[in-house]
Amino acid sequence: MAEALTPRGPKPRRRFSRTNIMLYGTLIVFALYYALPLYVMIVTSLKGMPEIRMGNIFSPPVEVTFQPWVKAWAEACTGINCEGLSRGFGNSVKILIPSLILSIAIASVNGYALANWRFKGSEVFFTILIIGAFIPYQVMLYPLVIILRELGLYGSVWGLVLVHTVFGMPILTLLFRNYFTSVPEELFKAARVDGAGFWGIYFRIMLPMSLPIFVVAMILQVTGIWNDFLFGVIYTKPAHYPMTVQLNNIVNSVQGVKEYNVNMAATLLTGLVPLIIYFASGKLFVRGIAAGAVKG
Amino acid sequence: MTSVLVKDLTLQFGALTVLDNLNIDIPEGEFLVLLGASGCGKSTLLNCIAGLLDVTDGEIHINDRNVTWEEPSGRGIGMVFQSYALYPQMTVEGNLSFGLKNARMPKAEIKQRVARAAEILQIEPLLHRKPAALSGGQRQRVAIGRALVRDVDVFLFDEPLSNLDAKLRADLRVEIKRLHHSLKNTMIYVTHDQVEAMTLADRIAIMKSGLIQQLDTPTEIYNRPINKYVAGFIGSPEINFFKGEIEGTEFVTEGHRFSLQGYEFEKPTTSGSAWLGVRPEHIMTGPAAKGLAVTTQAEVEIVEPMGSDTLAWAKLGGMSVRIRMDGQAAVKTGDQITIGFDPARASLFDTDTELRL
Amino acid sequence: MSDSEMGSSPEPAEPFLSVRPKNPGKPSGLLRNMSAKLASIPMILTTMVVFVGGTIWTVVYSFTSSKLLPKLNFVGLDQYERLWSTRRWLISIENLAIYGFFSMIFTLVIGFTLAALLDRKIRGENIFRTIFLYPFALSFVVTGLAWQWILNPDLGVQNVVRSMGWESFTFNPLNDPDIVIYGILIAGLWQGTGLIMVIMLAGLRGIDEEIWKAARVDGIGTVKTYIRIVIPMMRPVFVTALVLIASGIIKIYDLVVAQTNGGPGIASEVPAKYVINYMFRAQNLGQGFAASTMMLLSVIIILIPWAYLEFGGKKRG
Repeated sequence: MAEALTPRGPKPRRRFSRTNIMLYGTLIVFALYYALPLYVMIVTSLKGMPEIRMGNIFSPPVEVTFQPWVKAWAEACTGINCEGLSRGFGNSVKILIPSLILSIAIASVNGYALANWRFKGSEVFFTILIIGAFIPYQVMLYPLVIILRELGLYGSVWGLVLVHTVFGMPILTLLFRNYFTSVPEELFKAARVDGAGFWGIYFRIMLPMSLPIFVVAMILQVTGIWNDFLFGVIYTKPAHYPMTVQLNNIVNSVQGVKEYNVNMAATLLTGLVPLIIYFASGKLFVRGIAAGAVKG
Repeated sequence: MTSVLVKDLTLQFGALTVLDNLNIDIPEGEFLVLLGASGCGKSTLLNCIAGLLDVTDGEIHINDRNVTWEEPSGRGIGMVFQSYALYPQMTVEGNLSFGLKNARMPKAEIKQRVARAAEILQIEPLLHRKPAALSGGQRQRVAIGRALVRDVDVFLFDEPLSNLDAKLRADLRVEIKRLHHSLKNTMIYVTHDQVEAMTLADRIAIMKSGLIQQLDTPTEIYNRPINKYVAGFIGSPEINFFKGEIEGTEFVTEGHRFSLQGYEFEKPTTSGSAWLGVRPEHIMTGPAAKGLAVTTQAEVEIVEPMGSDTLAWAKLGGMSVRIRMDGQAAVKTGDQITIGFDPARASLFDTDTELRL
Repeated sequence: MSDSEMGSSPEPAEPFLSVRPKNPGKPSGLLRNMSAKLASIPMILTTMVVFVGGTIWTVVYSFTSSKLLPKLNFVGLDQYERLWSTRRWLISIENLAIYGFFSMIFTLVIGFTLAALLDRKIRGENIFRTIFLYPFALSFVVTGLAWQWILNPDLGVQNVVRSMGWESFTFNPLNDPDIVIYGILIAGLWQGTGLIMVIMLAGLRGIDEEIWKAARVDGIGTVKTYIRIVIPMMRPVFVTALVLIASGIIKIYDLVVAQTNGGPGIASEVPAKYVINYMFRAQNLGQGFAASTMMLLSVIIILIPWAYLEFGGKKRG
């Protein structure tokens, strides 16, 4: 008896203590709130319309059909055409790739210049740039229309590329500047003593050692540009509408019978690219948004 | 009377054994230092005693009470941390009294305890400042004060001086010693600094990979290290090791024959390979070397004058020997000097078990 | 290039320049550090032309009677008077206030709670974090459409609860002008809380572990340690989170367009949508400019105290 009462070894803990039930209970309830919409979208997109009308949005499909996905991709109608999301996907890719390259190239050079080659006034420009990240886009929308019109780019894919480059600049520049600042100054000085100049140091020393930050920037930009709706709708013509705009036009089009399964398939298709990036990049994505926290 | 008793203590993280069946008996009022390189388990042991870590097996008794399952606050301990761990948004007074207020102690008593701690530590003028406005040394005093107000019998220190610069560290070391003299509490003190250990401790426990290598007084550990690791760990500059053979009453290494006359063996040994350890400060030079049981000639290679003493590296055949000499010693590179030592002050270790012979 | 003179350049600039091993006849002024200046032209153009120029341009034109095209015929505060007497704008502002208030509170509370729970050394932390954060990777359009479907009165949640036997259950926010903004709030929280959770979690992980140990030795309970010690220590994190949430709230646009398109009627209109409608649909640029200037003003009101708290007294850098 006395033997059993002698405290020894780990403190006995009940597996289902009140604290643990509260803790995991709360987490699971929230996990359901966050996970359910994705689940509902998936099951809805795999059901036929009769089943949707009869049943419960949470119930799994009785008869799995991929027809809605096919339709969403190739046949669904916006108010203007019936080509499905495929055109929007193509447009988004055409917008994404040049925007990605241009914005990261410019921002990384900005960050490098700000970190290692400060000149009189460079910090002032940087401060304005960061403040600019907080200015509502609405204030700058129309002046940009005028600028793009003057450049002959209004309505084209390249105009939108320029807009993404401009609005992606604050956060990306901050990201790169902070990263390059953390590179030991001695390395930079040694390269200077060896006679390397601005571009020599950038390409031969800074670039090769900053791959991770380029990946973070890419994750940030791919999701940001892919998810954009506002700039797409304002700065391009319907023929160049990105996927998000196309999706909204398909789902919220007033014509015809609402096909919820097709709508959900289309929604999932649009969310697929960022979701894949999110699930594949894991910690890097978290790092990107933590670094990009100022973006808002 | 036993103050803290650690009985068969084992701690495992998964398959990794961090502490392996430790037994320590700390009498009331003792200053025990847990000393070791980083990763040896010394801080882990302290955290187990404090109750901040759940042990895998074994018991911990404090003041003859089995506290193995007790919360840290119920164990009758106070603890001082390396990073001070002061609550930054509270004043010094708030830091000292927060735990007591939380325990619903009467206001008058809190006030009296805080005043007493502040007086002992001479931090009265700082009571209304916030930690951010204090220097490192002042912060550490407040951290000690937080342990002090708890009015407990056992103080735990987790590398409390590591974040301070060398001069402050020396000052606070003396203050902690003074504090121990006046309070006479049991103190368990974790450090990786052997000077702190040697100067503060009644007893030192030298730890390595979760095991206590030697638990003894500083003098005993310094003079009679139990194994080669302890001999090498304690002492700065590091002890000289010579690898060789014991042949009768002599130690043979690289053609040199050193007499072992006067060496006290743990058990009589007359043969076998061994390490001979001689501390740099036990090697005499010049006239002082004459008449010692072991004398030989060596050539000075490098001299490092340090003011208070001079460290010389000398060549003895193919071996390099560290010698600690007087600060005024006039030696220079290339000098031929006579060196010698008393085997009674040396240590011999078995090459296989590395235990003291 | 007189702009380059206005910078009270911070101290580290000089040592960099003085390292130059070459160029014995150092070119001074403009030519100095030329490549860096050339490479910064896109940044300089962006800041000066788009951010500064564009903002000033819009503010100036908000005092004109521009309709289809921007024209410089000033009419004083006319546009603002009209703006503040337009029902649609007032509804937009009211919606923004409601959405902003609840979004602020719930995002902070949920974000911190989830972060604190995840910080309790739980099993499956990565899985939970992944689930809480994935909506943030999605477009607002996707979020809006997903919740439009879930809140569908005939086939969504309302229908599910009714079919389980609770016949009178009513939850149809997207078609009820009085509560439509809360329907949008649910979707907005779904998308945005994950980000705040991640920021809070990073803040919690930045708290010295010895603080927790000290609190345990002092006998302070977990909840009390959070409230009395940890949260006050995380003040900068909360401020950052607050600024992020606030600037997100003011920008809210795509979510509304996708989920309700401002409906029913104009019950879920928001200021950003008002601006775009007047600029690009109603061809009433002056109204759009005035409304967007009001948005700018609200951001400034939020930003200035923050900038003061964050950088006031301290030196930049």
